[in-house]
Amino acid sequence: MSTIAHPAARAGGHGTKVSPLRTRADRFGDRALFGICLLAALIAGAVIVLVGYQIAHGASPAISKFGFGFVYETVWQPNFGVFGAGSLLFGTAITSAFALLLGAPIAIAIGLFLTLLAPRGVRGVVGPLVELLAAIPSVILGFWGLLVLAPFVQSKLEPFLHDKFRFIPLFGAPQTTGLSVFTGSLILTIMVIPIVASISRDLFESVPAELQDGASALGATRWEVVRGIVLPTTSSGVVAACILGLGRALGEAIAVSQVIGAGSEIKASLFETGDTLASRIALQFPGALTELHKASLFYCGVILLVIGLASNLIAQWIGRRFSFGGAVNG
Amino acid sequence: MSGPLIPDPAAPLTASGNLRRRLIVSRAAEIAATAAAVIAIAVLVIVVYTVVARGAKAIDFDFIFTGYPTGVGPMLLGTIVIALVATAMAMPLGVLIALFLSEYAGSRAAGPLKLTLDLLNGLPSIILGLFVFALLVDHKQQSGFAGSVALAIIELPLIARGSQEVLLLVPEALREASDALGVARWRSVLTVVLPTALGGIVTSTVLAVARAAGETAPLILASSVFDPKKFSVNPFEALPNVPVWIYKLSEEGNPEGFTEAWGMSLLLVSIILFASLGARALLARSKRKLSSS
Repeated sequence: MSTIAHPAARAGGHGTKVSPLRTRADRFGDRALFGICLLAALIAGAVIVLVGYQIAHGASPAISKFGFGFVYETVWQPNFGVFGAGSLLFGTAITSAFALLLGAPIAIAIGLFLTLLAPRGVRGVVGPLVELLAAIPSVILGFWGLLVLAPFVQSKLEPFLHDKFRFIPLFGAPQTTGLSVFTGSLILTIMVIPIVASISRDLFESVPAELQDGASALGATRWEVVRGIVLPTTSSGVVAACILGLGRALGEAIAVSQVIGAGSEIKASLFETGDTLASRIALQFPGALTELHKASLFYCGVILLVIGLASNLIAQWIGRRFSFGGAVNG
Repeated sequence: MSGPLIPDPAAPLTASGNLRRRLIVSRAAEIAATAAAVIAIAVLVIVVYTVVARGAKAIDFDFIFTGYPTGVGPMLLGTIVIALVATAMAMPLGVLIALFLSEYAGSRAAGPLKLTLDLLNGLPSIILGLFVFALLVDHKQQSGFAGSVALAIIELPLIARGSQEVLLLVPEALREASDALGVARWRSVLTVVLPTALGGIVTSTVLAVARAAGETAPLILASSVFDPKKFSVNPFEALPNVPVWIYKLSEEGNPEGFTEAWGMSLLLVSIILFASLGARALLARSKRKLSSS
């Protein structure tokens, strides 16, 4: 914005024909509009601080009772007033990691497809459709997961994986309902894909065409252009995109709570029930009777908030620190 | 005598050896990338198809306009009220923040503000649920208003960033022409810049509302204990709403409830998908118009 000047200086800088009343009104108007805009900006900052404060305040009884041990203790028994988020943290980590491991390659491939392979017409259709995947409300995706995906996973996918990869403890014996860490991870994968895909598409579009054409002219195949030019120039941005996707997966409460089965133990097999921090809050908070139970769920919120803000900050930092960061902030 | 650089005219024009391998790898990568796109589209189609196929038979006039148990009218009305109240809070604030970013903030103020918006955007919605619970519900009562506050926080960064992008596209020449006429800054912002960007701002807002309308996590804590028979527009009591009702029915595991939930899912999904598709198309058009003028 090259035309920005001090509001007062501008208002005063007009010719002599302007009536003094109008000049005064304009001076006031300039300051008022600036003030209101500034106030709005400050409110945005205040909201973040207030959210942090309220969550920490709500958690304070649990923090003073359990201390830091809450984070790794795995016993969660509301009836006995004993709470520990260890198994929830484990469940959050494993579902998000799985979702990212499965979702990120697919999403990056979609980004590549949209920028390098798809004809213009196809791109205009497929791009928005992939983004629409993110527009489906999580409660509906979870409902679909519960009634459509979980039975399929239970009857087909889990037996198949168990038969073929029995030697890996992750693929244990299937349970009867299909509600499992595995199903939860698949739902999270569906949520992660559109985020990572649309950011990486923007990143890949920002790679200078000269570099790609140069590589092609030297005889590089399409894959070699991707491998040698497109991915290296955007790698930091892609990492940032993946971390943003991870943040989305970590914080998803509703859809996960519908399909994960709300188990409270750490199990090696993905096909057992489990729970995540966010999903535990959604499931138990409305029915929480004791103050300590509520405070413990707030404590889960504190952990979630810290992880969420940290992952977001890291993503922003990577995105801004290196080039091509602009697209990550979109 | 033929030099080493002159190719053999009789050689076949197909790649062999190393080049053949490289082309196969490249072809495989192309197929994999296409397959990835197909998978994503397939998931979308399967989800939408299931919702349409199972939801369509639940929907009729009574379903939309009467209360429980014949219909879900109160939930629809409540969702509309909650979303409207949220937007009434988030839109002015978001547009003002966008104005601050595009018209007033230097790079030193813009950086932290953009970071704040990104952090707000990244907050898990269940955290916002806990927040409004602690702030507005605890020791008082649930209210649609508390839900609106949470949804407003979800909408705010989306509206602010969307509007800012459109404001940046307002041609500098318009601002300069206004300056040259001796118009004060606030007048040119309100009468030249904002009206030019209005279309884009409204569509950004629609996108944000579409995103917020389906949010369930905050409402579970803010507005989940309600009477599904009663039509109400009073935001200071717990308002029936669609997402929480779908969630409740899905947890109950009753087949009749499932049909009802599919019906509501279909209504919600079609509203959201049409709103976001329409807004996206309009936004692209108004951005094109702005950058070409």
